[in-house]
Amino acid sequence: MDTLLLSRIQFAANISFHILFPTITIALGWVLLFFKLRFNATRDPKWMEAYGFWVKVFALSFALGVVSGITMSFQFGTNWPGFMETVGNVAGPLLAYEVLTAFFLEAAFLGIMLFGATRVPGWLHTLATFLVAFGTTLSAFWILVLNSWMHTPQGHELRDGIVHATDWVQIIFNPSMPYRLAHMLVASGLTVAFLIAGISAYRRLRGDRAASVAATLRFGLVLAAVLIPVQVLVGDLHGLNTLKHQPAKIAAMEGNWETGGPRPLILFALPDEERRENLLEIGIPHGASLILTHSMNGSVPGLNDYVAADGTVLHPPVAPVFFAFRIMIGVAVLMMLLSWTGVALMRRRRAGVEGLPKAFLHATVAMTFAGWIATLAGWYTTEIGRQPWLVTGLLSTQEAVADVPAPMVLGTLVAYLAVYLALILAYVGVLFYLARKAADGKPLGMMPGSPAAQVAITAAE
Amino acid sequence: MSADPAVWLPFVFAALMGLSIVIYVVLDGFDLGVGVLFPFADDDEKDLMVASIGPFWDANETWLVLAIGLLLVAFPVAHGTILTALYLPVAVMLLGLILRGVAFEFRAKAPARQKARWNRAFFAGSLMASLAQGFMLGLYVLGLDHSWAALAFGVVTAVFLTVGYSFIGAAWLILKARDDLQVKAVAWARGGIWGLILGLAAISAASPLVSTRIWEKWFTWPAMAWLAPLPILSVLLVGLLWAMLRRLPMEGDRLSWVPFVAATALFVLAFLGLAYSFYPYVVPEQITIYQAASAPESLWIILIGTIIVLPMILGYTVLSYVVFRGKASLLNYDLIAEDPARDGKAAPRPPR
Repeated sequence: MDTLLLSRIQFAANISFHILFPTITIALGWVLLFFKLRFNATRDPKWMEAYGFWVKVFALSFALGVVSGITMSFQFGTNWPGFMETVGNVAGPLLAYEVLTAFFLEAAFLGIMLFGATRVPGWLHTLATFLVAFGTTLSAFWILVLNSWMHTPQGHELRDGIVHATDWVQIIFNPSMPYRLAHMLVASGLTVAFLIAGISAYRRLRGDRAASVAATLRFGLVLAAVLIPVQVLVGDLHGLNTLKHQPAKIAAMEGNWETGGPRPLILFALPDEERRENLLEIGIPHGASLILTHSMNGSVPGLNDYVAADGTVLHPPVAPVFFAFRIMIGVAVLMMLLSWTGVALMRRRRAGVEGLPKAFLHATVAMTFAGWIATLAGWYTTEIGRQPWLVTGLLSTQEAVADVPAPMVLGTLVAYLAVYLALILAYVGVLFYLARKAADGKPLGMMPGSPAAQVAITAAE
Repeated sequence: MSADPAVWLPFVFAALMGLSIVIYVVLDGFDLGVGVLFPFADDDEKDLMVASIGPFWDANETWLVLAIGLLLVAFPVAHGTILTALYLPVAVMLLGLILRGVAFEFRAKAPARQKARWNRAFFAGSLMASLAQGFMLGLYVLGLDHSWAALAFGVVTAVFLTVGYSFIGAAWLILKARDDLQVKAVAWARGGIWGLILGLAAISAASPLVSTRIWEKWFTWPAMAWLAPLPILSVLLVGLLWAMLRRLPMEGDRLSWVPFVAATALFVLAFLGLAYSFYPYVVPEQITIYQAASAPESLWIILIGTIIVLPMILGYTVLSYVVFRGKASLLNYDLIAEDPARDGKAAPRPPR
């Protein structure tokens, strides 16, 4: 394999591993603030217990996000020097603002949020929780601004082959930014909703009848049921935006070779780039036309429009985009089925979480990390869908890669993959271990548990 | 200095980057050093050592992201040249930082039987990151040359920086620990001060020898007179540390802050010396900060943000150190103080 492909795989491995953890911390920060505010308002110990359990998951996820994020900041220089050399005048300030406004905010207040509750006044601890949640979201904002600009660049001019910023408002509010940001923030919400529901269902299956577990199970399912339709709407709008600005990506997502209409919604096919057609195609007639143009016979862009006269392919690789998109949609359908079933079961005879049968709890546990799969599949769709461009129309991926010997890239790639695989297994293992320990009523922290705290609460009531 | 932004903006950004690097080296230096000292401590002491850096390490490492971010955004050409030249040590450092960062969390949350394994990962990660940084420092001082001599020098600086980090880590523990661990930390610092002295001497001797330009910057009149305070202050600080380490810990924990402050001052002086040697080059002897700088309009945008945000960052960094001031105690996530008598500040609300 050559340096370009290995560098791409290495970047993909690094950023795939990284995004797993921000996807959790972005929304979990706000969820923790919600738990804390409920506790402040009701003084009901179940909210404190919920906070106490999930803040540990937050701390662990945050640490993994930080260290994998440091790797990202070096990858630009070690593997993709052409990126900063060409578009550094735009990418640089955006990355700098992420570090300056978001990273330090979260990092500094994280310590107070995690360990400071007994050292600072209550309002300052709540404020620290808010600032950490705000910081993670702000960080998502800046990085998605940059990512969106790479998809739909504007507000710049080229001088001697180097991009210069001309209008920062246009750069920040580039056409795909609002859709991509909303799509990612809701994705984070869904990921956390299923994580909380899954771990809580696991604890109930182990016989944990704590009020905090019932509360978080219900919270997770209701949050998921509410967010899923929002995500369908946001995703549809994002797709229409992509149709307008990156039609080649839409063509690959739909597996459509010739421009025209009506086009079916393809449920399954094997796209064959050699023969430039789909094998084993199963589809719903008019489906793609209806979704993309909101009319029965609307025209859908085709991949064959993106082949140069000399045969150079200017569209993304079809199969990875086509399948990644279908995996994302498939997981979303499962999410909707599960969360709506759950809410319906809880509403039936007002049974609450007691109305959830064992089989349903098992299904919820199986879906604990469903958000990760959908998020990764979604990112693969959009990022592979941008190829062969690194920055649409301005810089190709090939132009940006570093001239580092392939064996060196391969060696570090293998090391990263080994570490990442071990850490993902350890992370998932520890989450379920913490859940088992909590379900068995054992203390979780570094310190022996705090019966005194329990007494203090009871006394305060 | 000229009024032309193309001249003074790169200088300001080089200064900001230098500030970030020196803050990083001191702050992450002490927490990496605590990790390097891990095998010398027993299990209870390990918990306390982690507790002494737990609330800070994440913010400490953010200074590295800022430093590398400023290199990336202000001097994009240099960023690519330096990082591709240091490809392997950068990868080793990153893997080390990953290992130790996650070991922090896992050692406290994974099943007890796995704790020893995460303790080892914490030590190994801290060691990898320290050695890699020292190795990169050596290669950088020798102009990113990959000859055998340069690699050998890199190995030497790797060892010295690691010992230097363990020294400032021990100095941090003298400040934050009490009783047996504090006594141990004093002994560690006595053992580590050699590394600091030899490391400073090796780099001070090597950099003027490598480049006649640097030689002339230091050893011509009147520059020598202006620069004399740097080595003199360094020698005085080493003498002060030497004397203090023979007397600590003192009655009533007096002056336990001196080693950490003195070590910090030494790191700052060493950095100032290096910065003076290499200015105006960002890639030694190849690319100056003026050649590597981004377009002035982009630097402006970042500078405005930096001027507004940097005081806030320093403000809440200080807040966090104030909140967790005093001797380290084991960390917990409790929302309500377990034992109001422990610090008396945050007692739970009285019964109604």
